[in-house]
Amino acid sequence: MGESKLDLLQGTLDVMVLQTLEVLGPLHGYGIARRIEQVSGNEVLLNQGTIYASLVRLQQRGWIAAQWGTSDNNRKAKFYSITKSGRKRLAQDMAYWRRLAAVMGRVLAMDDDGGKQ
Amino acid sequence: MMPLLRETFNRVRSFFRKDPLDRELNDEMASHLEMATEENIRRGMSPEEARREALLRFGGIQQSREQHREARGLPWLDVLMQDLRFTFRTLKREWGFTTVAVLILALGIGANITVFSVVNTILLRPLPFPNSERLVRIVEKNPSAGESSKTYTADATQDFQQLNQSFQSVSGYFAFTGPDNFKLIGSSQPIPVTGILVAEGFFQTLGVKPRVGRLFRSGEFVKHAPPVALLSYPFWKRQFGGDPHIVGRTIDLSNTSVTIVGVLPDTFDFGSVFSPGARVDLFTPYIMDDFRDDGNDLALVGRLKPGVTLAAAQREADEIFPKLLFDHKHPQFKAGYTGRLTVLKDYVSGKLRRSLVVLWSAVGVILLIVCVNLSNLLLGRLAARSKEFGMRTALGAGRARLVGQLLTESTVLALAGAVFGLGLAYLTLSYLAHQGSIALPLLSMVRVDGAVLAWTLLIAAAAAALFGTVPGLRTSSGNLQELLKDSGPGLSEGRKHGRLRSTLVITEIALACVLVVGAGLLLRSFLRVVDVDLGFEPARAAAITVDYDDDRNVARRAAIWQDVVSRASMIPGVEAAGISDNLPMSRNRSWGISAKGQQKVKDSDFTPVFVYIVSPGYLKAMGMRLLEGRDISWRDIVDNRNVVIVNETVARRLWPGQSPIGRTAVTGGTDSEVIGVIADVRESSVEDKPGAQMYLPATKQFGPQGANLVVRSKLPPAALAKSVMKTLREINPAQPATEFKPIQSLVDHSTSPRRFFVLLVGIFAGLGLLLASLGIYGVISYAVTRQRAEIGIRMALGATASLVQFNVIRNTLRLALAGIFIGFVVSLAVARLIASLLFGTSPTDPPTFGGMVILLGLVALLAGYLPARKASRIDPMAALRSN
Repeated sequence: MGESKLDLLQGTLDVMVLQTLEVLGPLHGYGIARRIEQVSGNEVLLNQGTIYASLVRLQQRGWIAAQWGTSDNNRKAKFYSITKSGRKRLAQDMAYWRRLAAVMGRVLAMDDDGGKQ
Repeated sequence: MMPLLRETFNRVRSFFRKDPLDRELNDEMASHLEMATEENIRRGMSPEEARREALLRFGGIQQSREQHREARGLPWLDVLMQDLRFTFRTLKREWGFTTVAVLILALGIGANITVFSVVNTILLRPLPFPNSERLVRIVEKNPSAGESSKTYTADATQDFQQLNQSFQSVSGYFAFTGPDNFKLIGSSQPIPVTGILVAEGFFQTLGVKPRVGRLFRSGEFVKHAPPVALLSYPFWKRQFGGDPHIVGRTIDLSNTSVTIVGVLPDTFDFGSVFSPGARVDLFTPYIMDDFRDDGNDLALVGRLKPGVTLAAAQREADEIFPKLLFDHKHPQFKAGYTGRLTVLKDYVSGKLRRSLVVLWSAVGVILLIVCVNLSNLLLGRLAARSKEFGMRTALGAGRARLVGQLLTESTVLALAGAVFGLGLAYLTLSYLAHQGSIALPLLSMVRVDGAVLAWTLLIAAAAAALFGTVPGLRTSSGNLQELLKDSGPGLSEGRKHGRLRSTLVITEIALACVLVVGAGLLLRSFLRVVDVDLGFEPARAAAITVDYDDDRNVARRAAIWQDVVSRASMIPGVEAAGISDNLPMSRNRSWGISAKGQQKVKDSDFTPVFVYIVSPGYLKAMGMRLLEGRDISWRDIVDNRNVVIVNETVARRLWPGQSPIGRTAVTGGTDSEVIGVIADVRESSVEDKPGAQMYLPATKQFGPQGANLVVRSKLPPAALAKSVMKTLREINPAQPATEFKPIQSLVDHSTSPRRFFVLLVGIFAGLGLLLASLGIYGVISYAVTRQRAEIGIRMALGATASLVQFNVIRNTLRLALAGIFIGFVVSLAVARLIASLLFGTSPTDPPTFGGMVILLGLVALLAGYLPARKASRIDPMAALRSN
């Protein structure tokens, strides 16, 4: 695990954050980071700190909103939630990633005679 | 699009809210770490281990912060602000360098802004009339005889108006108005005013709309219509305090009651477009029927119909003009008119194009020299800062970052220079705009406008790029090791470095050469112009417009003139006095002249001749030289005798090789006896060759239009002004307070454009020379400083002080000679380009070129001598020990 984690492609973290918020609802930065680590089965190389650059970027584009609140164990934290335009964006991104993943899958599944099929 | 817009907006907002955002992020990260630590403790770690693990998973806190800032703000602006802060700190520390650099830039940029404003006003900007590109000036194709060949009769004008199909409208103005042709009579003393007579539709043709009231109506252009006037804006402000209820008021203008119908806008300056340097106070209708018998007197301006080309209009004019009659009453007179159509803008400023382009190029060269000089200064500084740059490179600053830093510095310097330059230009321009004595068209409209500001920014940016790039390239090409090594102790200046600076100095000297040669040639031309034999003596003579009322009675007029002249002659200090209707180099008109008895059949066989109606004594008062015969006498006038004095040109043309005295000349339909011949007078301008001239007594046939009393004195003219005015008031209490004008001012007015150009180019050449000498001084003095140790060793080994001095000066002269040689060759080519601007001076004028070589040589010597002296005073012990 430790020796070969996945490097994140540019923009992929943004999609993960959006999807996490879409599924789990309002969440603070730590929660989002933990969730992504868990879901990816700790396969993603993520310095938790980098999540904040992504969060502020998404916020400035209007795809997520933020509000200070109190966590389960009574700690002050900033909670993020996905907005309407964020959902739209997520749908687009999801479609794109699915297509890309499918194409990549096909290309990589190609063996010597794959070209002729 | 929307998210991008929103993001940009948010980024800008974040840029200005750094501190609150950073604080919020810190809180957020703190709570993140606490939650992580808590969770780790819950999993069974010790508090310390839990904290360590949390920090590890979080990654670098400072990196996260940086990422956050980059994602939310404007990172390039942050870098820029950093560079700017650093620049300001550096420049403040090196305030000596900063002051010199900004000063040089301010001079260079200021000169450029000033000249651009003038060029923009006179050449580039359209005339201040709507659709001014369709305005056309119509004059004779071969305008040989002054104003009379640039004008047409009332009948010819009306016929052309009716026959042409190309023009939307054609109108004109009376071209023979002298200054102060009216007097405004009010409660106190009469005030002299200048009024221009304009034909129907003149303002409509130009597209000028009144500021107050209305323009003239058709009914006001018929004989015996109630007199009306339009005021110019400055006159309305000056004389009537800008009274908004002026319309409808009547004023007494030369004993006629005139109703004011309107005021023209301040954007309309008749003088600056049609008669540079002239002040015009009001306008009155030109009533055609009053001028039917007066010959050519209308200067024509037309507005082409939309879509009609100048060429098509010219073709039509070529058909119509030859058919036009001089006047309807005498269809047998063949006028032989032609008409050349010129776009008004070109007519007004076309002649100045070349001079202005030269001026523009000269300031361009100044800017180049300024840039070269600054490159040199910056290179010098860069060498001194090479350790700093080496250190920054070693600490990880990229080359782009270093060059960016240098460009930031040069931009800051250039902008500071531009701000001061703009101030400088503003002062110069407000001075120029109020120089009525400079006969340049449109000059009164010069001002700092949007185009000028844009130009300022452009040249500041260009300058910054130019002088910032050279040192910038130098940094990026040098490798770190060389940079650090080069600045090491005990070594002389790196070769490569020295060569670049020498090249810059040579360029600078060459550019200065070109400027000095250009200025020298123009100055020599100007001196030639000033030295021209005018045919009269302007010094110690002055003229004043005399007002009198003769009821158009020749005998009365003769008596008044005689009274004025004899009384003026008796004023203490007056040597001679006389009256003329026209003065040289002011307004003029021409008739035809021929010799009686010689075969003359056609009208065109008459030689055009400038006409002056004069009193006895005028020739002497002007200092004109009578070559043969006698002056006009009072008897000639009283007896109504037809006599004429001609100039050499007329004598040569009509009676070649013979004495014209006693012969009969036909002029203005009358036979006149030639009684004298005078030396040619430059009647139109100082630079144009004199034409044919004749001087007639004021008899019935030759009535004058206006009268100028000319007085020659032993005293300066100003000392006489009071007593002359007192004498005139004694004769005529209604004499307005007209100006007692030195004749020299007429000559100065005529030479003013040339003086203006010479002065400017001369200033630029001086500036170029100064900058070049600074450049030489900078490089040599820097080299001496760098070679201190080397010189110290040499002196320790026995070199004398004079040998050290000699070496430094030899190096200086080597640079100077290379620059002068290149400059000499370039100047030869440039001089040919400005040949048409020269007067009596060859473009290869040896004194100019010789003078340039000597001047630049001396300047280089001086600039090299100071560092040489410094070098010879180096104490070898101190120089060697300090390393």
